[in-house]
Parts: sequence; C-alpha cells; structure tokens
Amino acid sequence: MATEERRKVSIVGGSGYVGGELLRLLLFHPHVEVKQVTSASQAGRYVHTVHPNLRGVTTLQFTHPDVLSETDILFLALPHGQAARSIERYAALARYLIDCSADFRLRDPAAYVRWYEMEHPAKDWLARFVYGLPERYRAALNGAHYASGVGCNATAAILGLAPLADAGLLREAVVDIKVGSSEAGAQPSASSHHPERSGVIRPFKPTGHRHQAEVIQALGNGFPLHFSVTSVDVVRGVLATCHCLLHRAVSEKEVWQLYRAAYQHEPFIRLVRSNIGIHRFPEPKLLAGSNFCDIGFEVDPDTGRVVVLAALDNLMKGAAGSAVQSMNVMLGWEETAGLTFPGLHPI
Amino acid sequence: MPQTAACPECDAQITLRDDTLEGEIVQCPDCGVELEVLSLDPPELDLAPAEEEDWGE
Repeated sequence: MATEERRKVSIVGGSGYVGGELLRLLLFHPHVEVKQVTSASQAGRYVHTVHPNLRGVTTLQFTHPDVLSETDILFLALPHGQAARSIERYAALARYLIDCSADFRLRDPAAYVRWYEMEHPAKDWLARFVYGLPERYRAALNGAHYASGVGCNATAAILGLAPLADAGLLREAVVDIKVGSSEAGAQPSASSHHPERSGVIRPFKPTGHRHQAEVIQALGNGFPLHFSVTSVDVVRGVLATCHCLLHRAVSEKEVWQLYRAAYQHEPFIRLVRSNIGIHRFPEPKLLAGSNFCDIGFEVDPDTGRVVVLAALDNLMKGAAGSAVQSMNVMLGWEETAGLTFPGLHPI
Repeated sequence: MPQTAACPECDAQITLRDDTLEGEIVQCPDCGVELEVLSLDPPELDLAPAEEEDWGE
C-alpha cells in the first residue's frame, strides 16, 4: 500500500497564542508536515522558546517572514489588517490559505467600515473566502481554497442560536458573553497587567462588539441581536448565555428535538443539559484544549424565555481548532483529523 | 435487533440491552434522567421515582 504523502503546511505569525495552538495541532496531524513557522520578532529561536509546551516535540525554529517559501497550505495568524494587505503575496505562495484574523470573515466591504473602521484593502478577495465554520458552511468549504478564521465569541453565539434562528422561532436574542484573557492575544497591555487583570469581571464591550457582524452574517438579520462581552478571570474559555425570546412558547422537549436534529451528526458539538450530577450545563473550563462546543438550554416556564448556553475554548473551536477543521473539510480529509483531544478533567 | 424507547424527558431514543428486565432502572444518555422500564413489549419508559430525603421536618 502506498504511503500518503503529507502536505506541506506553514504558519505565518507563529509566535502568538493562535499560532501556538495551530502548531500544537498540526504537529500531530496525520496528513500534514509543518515546514515553516514565521515570526519577525522571534526569528532564529526555537519555537519552544515561545511555546514551552512544544519542547521536545519539535526542533522547528522560527523563520523571518521575508524568507517564507512556497508550501501547500498556509495558515495566517497575524494581527487584524495585516493579511489583507499582503494577500496577493500569500496566495502566490500556497494553493490553500486559511486566515485566522478578521480580514476575510465578512463578505460586505461596508461591514469593515462599520465594524472595523477601515476601508478594506483587498475588497476583491472577500468573496473568494469561505467563513471557516464547518457547522455552518461545510458545503462551501468542501474543495474551497480560501477560508477565513472565526471570531471566538461569534462562534459561540452562532452555534448557540442557529437552530432557533433557522427554525424561524427567534423574535429577539440577548447574548451575554464571558471571555478569558487569552482572547486579547499574546501582546501585553496596561489592561492585561496582572494587578489590573487578576480577579476581574470587567465589562469589555456592553455594545458594539465586532463579532456581532459575523453573527448577523451567519444567521441573517431577521431578529434583533443584542451582544455584550465581559472579561472574566480565566485564561481560556468563552461562555455565551443567550436569552432567546421566541415567537411562540416551546417545551424543553421541543428544544431538545430542535438541537438534536441540527447537531446530532456534528463531530464537535455536544448537547449538555443533564438532570443529574454537577455538570448539568456547558462549562468552558472542561473544554480547554479541545475542539468541542458544548451547548445546553433551559426554558423559563414563567416567561417562555429560552436560555441557550454555548461554551468553547476561544483558542480552539474559537480559532485554531476551527481553522484546522476547515482545512480538513477543504482537503477532503476526515473532519476530526488532529482534533480528537477531549479536554481534561479535573483541571 | 436491540429495542429502543423514547425518553419521556428529552425524546432521545434509548437503546435497551438485550437482557433488560421490566422494572429495571436505566439512564438516558442525553439528559441523564433515570427511567423505569415499565414494559418491554412494547418498550415503554417513565421517569423513575426520585429518591427523596427526610430533612427532619
């Protein structure tokens, strides 16, 4: 039997948290071989200098972005705005591009003006990218060459709300999101300084969070969407508490049927609404390092409000995990390849 | 062919083992409730009586 040739993959911007997660996943992926990991600030250093969990796993060293060479698949894990400015160069180097930034998530150039306060520098490229959330865009990703990343908060909201939105039941949704500190990236700031960050329950964006644009794009604007984000004192994790007001009353059994029908074949979505034990609803803590999005719900019998809870690891299902999952779909590999780690308990 | 029955709480299809007995308590894998097997032909489940505690009132 012929041995399958592994595809060459490189990571641009490999010294950040998402770059580190991509590297951790790709080093153990059965169908790829990591060729280059670039970092302008860390060029020449071993990757385990920045990502200490990878010591002894690889002897790769960071290379300077200027010497990035041709490869089969290129992951871009750069700060927002950088990938779009150099997209022609990257596209010339690789047949498959997966950009983890926000640069190619939105289809409408005007949305970048509204939500990112910038004129998009590569408008013609927006339509070439598929939003990299297989649970929503699997058919379009299959065989695609360009995929965007996903916003972590957006992913939790989209996956949590989609079954109700698709069923036409949503009249209004109030999404309250709690996020961990790694969402802010590897660059320190005054707000991430330990005395300032430790112990916070910090309202970060009560209104106007950029990820809202992705939710509207994915679910349509058939219902008012309210979106608030609060930073909490964990490193990894997103919990979206979605208060859903519906057009008609539903029973909890009906919600079960709706979500089971939507997600029963999804490899990375689990329904968590248990009547027994201490883990009755989704908890981000249990998902650290995994690509799962856990979704639960409860119906308020007095008001009819449905509270949907969606939890994930922002660096995994909310970033690197979905990017690798998208790669698997794009290249026709098993969707779970390289992504089967179930998380830790206790942690 | 294993028998299945719907969970009365969440509507999950629960597969009953071949050696399941009437009166046995089984658990729903989805919502976790404990269910009593009321009958096997046809298979029928209902919520098992919850264990109650005496709080000394």
